Amino acid sequence: MAAENRFWSNLSGLRLRARAALLGAAFASLATLPAVAQEVRAAVIRVDYPSLLPLSRLDLPTEDRAFAGATLGTEDNATTGRFMGQTYETVTIATAPEQALAEFERLAAEGYRLFVILAREAELLAMADAAPGDALLFNSRSGAGSLRSEECRANLLHVAPSDAMRADAVTQFLVWKKWTNLFLVHGSNPEDVALADAYRASASKFGARIVGEREFTDTGGSRVSDSGHVLVQRQLPVFMQNTPRHDVVLAADATDYFAEYLPYNTWEAAPVAGSAGLVPATWAPTHESWGATQLNTRFEKLANRPMRDEDYQTWLALRVIGEAVTRTGSADPAELRAYALGDEFTLAAFKGEPVTFRKWNGQMRQPILLTNGRMTVSVSPQDGFLHQRTLLDSLGLDQPESACTAFE
Amino acid sequence: MIRSTLLATAAALAIAATPALANNVFVSNERGNTVTVLDSTTWEVIAEFPAGNRPRGITIAPDGSELYVCASDDDLVRVFDPNTFEELHTLPSGPDPELFVLHPSGNPLYIANEDDNMVTVVDVKTRQVLAEIPVGIEPEGMAISPDARTVINTSETTNMAHFIDAESYEIVHNVLVDQRPRYAEFTTDGTKLYVSAEIGGTVSVIDMTADDPPITKKITFEVPGIQPEWLQPVGVKVTADGSRVFVALGPSNRVAVIDGETDEVIKYLLVGQRVWQLAFTPDEKFLITTNGNSNDVSIIDVEREEVIKSVQVGQQPWGVVVAPD
Repeated sequence: MAAENRFWSNLSGLRLRARAALLGAAFASLATLPAVAQEVRAAVIRVDYPSLLPLSRLDLPTEDRAFAGATLGTEDNATTGRFMGQTYETVTIATAPEQALAEFERLAAEGYRLFVILAREAELLAMADAAPGDALLFNSRSGAGSLRSEECRANLLHVAPSDAMRADAVTQFLVWKKWTNLFLVHGSNPEDVALADAYRASASKFGARIVGEREFTDTGGSRVSDSGHVLVQRQLPVFMQNTPRHDVVLAADATDYFAEYLPYNTWEAAPVAGSAGLVPATWAPTHESWGATQLNTRFEKLANRPMRDEDYQTWLALRVIGEAVTRTGSADPAELRAYALGDEFTLAAFKGEPVTFRKWNGQMRQPILLTNGRMTVSVSPQDGFLHQRTLLDSLGLDQPESACTAFE
Repeated sequence: MIRSTLLATAAALAIAATPALANNVFVSNERGNTVTVLDSTTWEVIAEFPAGNRPRGITIAPDGSELYVCASDDDLVRVFDPNTFEELHTLPSGPDPELFVLHPSGNPLYIANEDDNMVTVVDVKTRQVLAEIPVGIEPEGMAISPDARTVINTSETTNMAHFIDAESYEIVHNVLVDQRPRYAEFTTDGTKLYVSAEIGGTVSVIDMTADDPPITKKITFEVPGIQPEWLQPVGVKVTADGSRVFVALGPSNRVAVIDGETDEVIKYLLVGQRVWQLAFTPDEKFLITTNGNSNDVSIIDVEREEVIKSVQVGQQPWGVVVAPD
């Protein structure tokens, strides 16, 4: 018996449905398992923001970004479900930011209560605040710090790591290397500035020193699409002249307009980390340890392309749902939430240790990969960064630092 | 090929007649694409031979006549002469064979296809696929009950031990265990089944005497100074009398020694880095562990419960099997 997958899209091309529905009938004894027959329905909403082409063509967006992760997650859940008498159906919707809330409300009206959202903070919060009382949302994209602190919501769990977790992953590695003099170059867009804040906080947290900072202004004309790449490449060495002595250049370029040009175009011979060079990631097609080869292989067979962060984070959100359904025998979002935030919850995520949730703000704890695009260089947390609860809590906002009260 | 097998059997018989018994120990090297051969009396490396791409699971016929290696990236099982180390032939295995178990009679072979959510049953004589059994995601651990009636498969992402009827090839029972079950092992009397969960950090003890065998205990591990998440149980071996259970604990570089009566941990033995699989010598005097990150094997004196030696092998040792007497 194989998973039945059907994809279809409506005329606007904005809507794709993936179904992996399996019946448990052919599998005989389930005596030690809860005897239930349930249909678990989830919706994945991806908000597509207007954007220019990425600097590297390796990052060209694909139509199925995140959704391929949803298909794999649904298949994985359905395979377990067929032994448990549970079926899984996942609907995937791509929408413009202006229509995001309307799409969300339409799905809620159709009865969906489990949502995986790939959106920025504003759209995400609008959906969380408009959600029916019994809905549960998973953030699989936004790394915004406020969502884990003063803007947290009780019905919103974060599978995507916060920017602070990613920054801490990089800083821990640099400190472990004893490369503690950092020169910070950040972009001029609000997201870049926020990311620079995360790196500053991280440096002070782990005893690294930001010896100097510079803003590389986004003038909007230096993209590869108008052959501006020659310009940026030439600008950068000059831009990077006369810097204080530093070990590493930290790049904070959340909007992807200059950081990829930095390696080898610095003035001093310093390695680059952050938005280019040594990059923090939740997933990498080069990741091999802890069974990761298998997840990469399964994904590549399905999607004919490498797995990226947004695929992994969508897969992982659906696996949280699947694991909670498997263990509780329930599809009720309140029960799933309680289980996910409870002491019993652990999930294998191909990161060498179980992932769990922080009870105080709904953030998933997870190791962060550090990749150079060709190899997984290291995985944080690094040796020697201790924490009284779990080493994973050395990454990102700790309980006393979080202003979140929605989970109390 | 038949002749070389006969010669090999004759050679094995000749060796068996001599008093000081040496057994060949075969270690598959996942990254080195080789099998390293050790002598179980001197613990010297006596040979290393090519074994195909990404050799992982490794086992040997009960009569010692054929050595089987899962060549995962070749999508087949390679069969070697255990005495000459010549490749005899290959067996179809289905995609990405990882680990397998032989029927106690030596035939057939039950293979976990990690990438394909399948267990493939292969006749080692006719070299035909007898059955393909759909199981959970990422099947790995394989075991067969001593009465040969039940085949166990563990699926790493589905987190289950699947009980497969060895006759009908139907799944007759499923037990949900902790995260990422890697290995299943029966006691010799068949009354208990141990299933390790690598990421869950536990070994489930399943009572095989009950109807629809349930989990009766979960063994947990604790080593002072070691982060609990690094105590990752993988390989499990039980002594023939059931008195001791050994569990390889992955990146904690420890092997746990467990009282087989109470299923309580007695002690931890420090071995090489990232210990995964285990094998006894036929007399159960020694237990060999594969240490994937330090590229060596550790030798444990079973009676004294002490590590006596470590031996460098090939790149990233994965599986180990010892030739029968």
